[in-house]
Amino acid sequence: MTTATTTTGTRAVNGSVGTAHTRVEGRDKVTGTARYAGEIPFAELAHGWLALSTVARGRIRSVETETVLAMPGVLTVLHHENAPRVDTDYVGLLGAPDPTAAVFQHDRVPHVGWPVALVVAETSEQAREAAEALVVHYEQEPHDVAFSVDRPDAYELDAFGPAVMAKGELDAGLAASAVVVDAEYTTPEEHHNPMEPHAATALWDGGRLEVVDSNQGTTWVASELANLFSLDPASVHVRSEHVGGGFGSKGLRAHQVAAVMAATVLQRPVRVIMTRRQMFSLAGYRSPTTQRVRLGADADGRLRALDHSSLSLTSTVHEFVEASAGPARVMYDADAHHTANRVVRLDVPTPTFMRAPGEAPGSFALESAVDELAEKCGIDPIELRVRNEPERGPVSGLPFSSRNLLACFREGARRFGWADRDPRPGLRRDGRWLLGTGTAAASFGAMAMPSTAAVTAEADGTFTVRVNAADIGTGARTALTLVAADALRTTPDHVRVHIGDSDLGPAMIAGGSAGTRSWSWAVMIAAEELRERLALNTGIPPEGITVRSDTTAAIGALSQKERHSFGAQFAEVAVDPATGEVRVRRMLGIFAAGRIVNPLTARSQLVGGMTWGISMALHEEAVRDRATGGHYGADLAGYHVAAHADIPHIEADWVDDVDPDDPVGIKGIGEVGIVGAAAAVANAVWHATGVRHRDLPIRPDRVLTAGGHA
Amino acid sequence: MAPVPSSTYSAITLNINGEKHALSVDHRTTLLDALRERLDLTGTKKGCDQGQCGACTVLLDGRRAVSCLQLAVAAEGREITTIEGVAEGERLHPVQQAFLDLDGYQCGYCTPGQICSAIAVIEEHAAGWPSAATDDVRPEAGPPPLTPEEIRERMSGNLCRCGAYVSIVQAVARAAAVEARTAGNDTAETAENAEAAA
Repeated sequence: MTTATTTTGTRAVNGSVGTAHTRVEGRDKVTGTARYAGEIPFAELAHGWLALSTVARGRIRSVETETVLAMPGVLTVLHHENAPRVDTDYVGLLGAPDPTAAVFQHDRVPHVGWPVALVVAETSEQAREAAEALVVHYEQEPHDVAFSVDRPDAYELDAFGPAVMAKGELDAGLAASAVVVDAEYTTPEEHHNPMEPHAATALWDGGRLEVVDSNQGTTWVASELANLFSLDPASVHVRSEHVGGGFGSKGLRAHQVAAVMAATVLQRPVRVIMTRRQMFSLAGYRSPTTQRVRLGADADGRLRALDHSSLSLTSTVHEFVEASAGPARVMYDADAHHTANRVVRLDVPTPTFMRAPGEAPGSFALESAVDELAEKCGIDPIELRVRNEPERGPVSGLPFSSRNLLACFREGARRFGWADRDPRPGLRRDGRWLLGTGTAAASFGAMAMPSTAAVTAEADGTFTVRVNAADIGTGARTALTLVAADALRTTPDHVRVHIGDSDLGPAMIAGGSAGTRSWSWAVMIAAEELRERLALNTGIPPEGITVRSDTTAAIGALSQKERHSFGAQFAEVAVDPATGEVRVRRMLGIFAAGRIVNPLTARSQLVGGMTWGISMALHEEAVRDRATGGHYGADLAGYHVAAHADIPHIEADWVDDVDPDDPVGIKGIGEVGIVGAAAAVANAVWHATGVRHRDLPIRPDRVLTAGGHA
Repeated sequence: MAPVPSSTYSAITLNINGEKHALSVDHRTTLLDALRERLDLTGTKKGCDQGQCGACTVLLDGRRAVSCLQLAVAAEGREITTIEGVAEGERLHPVQQAFLDLDGYQCGYCTPGQICSAIAVIEEHAAGWPSAATDDVRPEAGPPPLTPEEIRERMSGNLCRCGAYVSIVQAVARAAAVEARTAGNDTAETAENAEAAA
């Protein structure tokens, strides 16, 4: 075994953390041998196909199962009259369950695409044909899917903090300001669309419920299923080894519940996979937002008053708020500071967490407004942010654990060539293209949640780490290998990491940019204690020596601070005023996001977030038809996500920013990459054309009708 | 499997990765489902099942095709190459190696389709096929320079939601350079420049 160990303070450093490593499962992924949830073979497997409602509101009058049951291969049709009952009266890991997942419990239809039946057959072809042939009669009621800012039924709703936070006299602050920006911004309904559709196979094996699933946390999904089906948690086993993307959409969903019901009824393995089209109503999504930002400043750009209010929508059966007014509580201070999140309930599916929930749409509005303020004040937008850099949390008054936003702007400005920028809009041309550059700030909360881990010293000198992490493409499996190797003073090839299995013990989900931090913490504690045990030189028995950890107490003891990752986004765009086409020519993001465990995969993740930002700025938009209550073009042709040809050279890098209170120094990088990215693009479009685009996406028709320096 | 009327299924033989597979398929079965659900060749991925995402890309007689839009019965007699068939034993294909080394993926689900597509892109380009990004499309102009724009345009049928495009384009450029160098082709340098620029 080769070890090269030095110790810096309490932090072990022997070179794995901070050095680029290719993914430990990389070979399996490039050769096609990595098996995802729908790809594990089972004997006697039956295939379930969901049938979804075609009306947006009403009652199911009848389900004509007879014809369908007579079709070849059909085994059963589950619906609200015959499906097993579930219990939704509990509080789970993320609160009360969304009834959207508790399928077939009643005859109410709360939105288009609500699951009304599951058809199970011997083959997927038979199940699909039968599900498409299934006739369901509805008692249709008038529906309301009209989302607009003037809804009288909108109400304030808490989410990750109070709905409303206010200090100072807003109206007085605005009135006393030399410069005021007052603008409304909108963002559309957006869908996660992980490349791997949601897939679950359920079966009963020796009195245990076995579920092979694609999710962001098997601890979470197993506990939800145990609650729903009133099972002893120990009798539910959920596995999720490889996950083809999640972005917030892969939690408890209708497909797992339907698969468990069918496996229970048929007493054989049943697989249910969402189709791409079904994902648009079953997998959750980001609510559209309408946001108003008011900024009042002195002539030198110093803020006196800040008001950010956001309206999003939720379903009639569950409350979820896209808390877009949140970023202002961290980013900028003003004597008068007011932020509010409101929702309106409509006959639509329940929205959910989607990469940087709140921060992604909120930063578009706030960071666009800050750019508008810079323009009005005649101050460089970076200099304006420098003048408004708060020393403490603007609303909480708490100190920041570290805040290296300005270091990001300095480094980014240097590398992007910002100093040479002429601030005047509409001046630069390259043939038919108008050129412009823009910038925006980014932040995302740095969080850790309790997790457990077990680390075993094997008799052969290797180590086995068991931690119920989920690698949804983040590189968590590899990051944890590196963290464990350093903590154990060994090399990554001596460490095996097992993840994605609820039997490994409770752990945080892959979410909130907190997965790798939370799991690493648990691995560190177990590994360090194991190393102390090994130092006693008592020898390793054949079964190895295992140390377990639980970070609940350590995380509970963290002092109250403002803990966030930060970043500075830069974009250069080209706009064709004749066609309205916007092309991003290059992007740069510099982040202060804690210790970077694996530079290779971290860069990928940050660039991925920025790619989402471009996609959000220019492409993504799910359009709901008010007449039917459903979507136009609910697929990857109708809902365009950025493709190869949309994405230019993107660079992501970071400045030193080690979290002093984390055993590894991690903050989290999963979400900060998208934050501010759309604003940087929109600000660059203004710089190119002289026109502010306050509605996303910046479609060619919007560019054309907005006019500008053509 | 429950018996089905003989008018709805056929016995076929598929030639996949150089091996013959005899099976009986429902006429509605796509090539993609035959690979995944009947032959346990799950490396080919189902992302949309409607020809919109490219995750199910395979090579049919050496050309790329989305297997979700091919019926299995119509694939008889074709030479089918899937992700399981592109490496030479333990030695990865240069495209696979470049994806691995340059982190040309994140969740890995679109990866087999991206790799199959990239293999064909490099061949299409070497054969002189123009694309929408090509300046000089006259046949006598020969292969255009393999710029990042050329690679992006040609790879645009393969969506990656994680947003790994930047490193995928670098990986395709690197693999093209490796292949050109192996073949003693003078386009290697252009491809190396494309990796640096991507």
